[in-house]
Amino acid sequence: MNNIVTVKDMNLWYGDHQALHDIKIEIPEKSITAFIGPSGCGKSTFLKSLNRMNDLIPDVKITGDICYEGKDIYQKDVDVNSLRKEIGMVFQKPNPFPMSIYDNVAYGPRTHGITNKAQLDEIVEQALRDAALWDEVKDRLKKNALSMSGGQQQRLCIARALAVQPKILLMDEPTSALDPISTSRIEELVMQLKEKYTIVMVTHNMQQAVRVSDYTAFFLLGELVEFGKTDDIFSVPKDKRTEDYITGRFG
Amino acid sequence: MKKNQLLEKIIHGVFLILGLITVGCVLLITVYLVISGLPAIQKIGLTDFLFGTKWASTASDPKYGILPFILTSIYGTAGAIVIGVPIGFLTAVYLSKIASPRVKSAMQTVVSILAGIPSVVYGLVGMLVLVPGIQVIFGVADGASLLAAIIVLAIMILPSIIKMSITALDAVPKEYEDASLALGATPIETYFKVSVPAAKSGIAASVVLGVGRAIGEAMAVMMVAGNVPNMPNSLFQSVRFLTTAVSSEMAYSSGLQQQALFSIALVLFFFIMLINATLNFFLKREKE
Repeated sequence: MNNIVTVKDMNLWYGDHQALHDIKIEIPEKSITAFIGPSGCGKSTFLKSLNRMNDLIPDVKITGDICYEGKDIYQKDVDVNSLRKEIGMVFQKPNPFPMSIYDNVAYGPRTHGITNKAQLDEIVEQALRDAALWDEVKDRLKKNALSMSGGQQQRLCIARALAVQPKILLMDEPTSALDPISTSRIEELVMQLKEKYTIVMVTHNMQQAVRVSDYTAFFLLGELVEFGKTDDIFSVPKDKRTEDYITGRFG
Repeated sequence: MKKNQLLEKIIHGVFLILGLITVGCVLLITVYLVISGLPAIQKIGLTDFLFGTKWASTASDPKYGILPFILTSIYGTAGAIVIGVPIGFLTAVYLSKIASPRVKSAMQTVVSILAGIPSVVYGLVGMLVLVPGIQVIFGVADGASLLAAIIVLAIMILPSIIKMSITALDAVPKEYEDASLALGATPIETYFKVSVPAAKSGIAASVVLGVGRAIGEAMAVMMVAGNVPNMPNSLFQSVRFLTTAVSSEMAYSSGLQQQALFSIALVLFFFIMLINATLNFFLKREKE
């Protein structure tokens, strides 16, 4: 299997505070990689480095290589907007725009220059089908997205991200604000999506990592302690700290 | 315990009375304006009063048509909005979204100062700079005109528009903007396609507030508009606004003339009420 993202010797500072130390990881294509670890361990920070959302925070400094499809994404000639089109993101709290369901999904394609109505209709339908939302909303596409339930809103955000046809989908604790039923729907959805997309998911919930992911990375205090197949990490962890964390000795 | 409750009740009552002072003033003004404004309208006739094109209150055969004032106020306000809103709105977008914190705070201070300048000073600068300027640039006999008033009003409404639009734009949740950026939209696309639509009620309210400010302004427009009761047929005409129609004749008026001035004030009051209702509508929607 190919690695779509390779990271070497990566360090990240917020001002004087070093938040990530010597990160090295290779993320395989069309699979689900979960980042686990206690709060403040740097897993979300690392996730946001992959589509350069950290650029928006002042005083962030990054060194080392983060390569997407063989190209360093922090080089000067990289077009950040095209990069973010290829590497989509779903946030912790569902954040649909205060517009209609249709306009939410069509926002990305429109931004990237698609104006043909029939083409947009097709993209919107496909994205909503991929996000397992089409049957629930097909009769009320013109309704405001904020009238939906939290779980539906989060699936709408997934549809919105899929509508620009990314290669990678970054998910920052996508179910932490949702009820258990909505959570399991999103988990099922994510497992279907890996057929077409590479998924990288930050999760607080170790069971979730076990249930959905193929690979797991364990972060602690800004270090990537261990990375490997999820089955191996949770059954035969190599590092003592990983073992302590997954057996619930701290967290 | 009982003593405390009594004290609470007394303080509660005092606050209520203080609050009622404001309400009382509004009621008093409304009732007074209606009572003193209606007789002239009855005598002149509503149609002749509102749609008469000639105002000659001191002639031997006096005419009391206030259409010139109504149209001047509407045109003047509309002109100020056409010039002031794009400038104010784009300034607000810049300050709320693009400017660095230092630039933002410096420029906001300047905007606040602009809001605090007394309107007579606007009038004075307009009289000494704008009026002669218009005279020279456009080659007209007298620069004191509708155009001069429009420009002064446009500048005067900037602070209301900028401040209120910034408040609305600052209140747009950052999550919306993050979502847009994460989809590959550029920052500018994000501001205009996500942030501005999300703040549109507040921005609309800022425009209505500007309209209210412009239509109620008297001193500055009296000084730059020429203050002649002409129909506003051209930008370079000397004109008189609803506000200045009242203030320029009140000192020496008597009889029907004075009653007619109260009627003009009543018309102005009606306009302001309408604008307030619109403003409340937008502010309510913003809250939802």
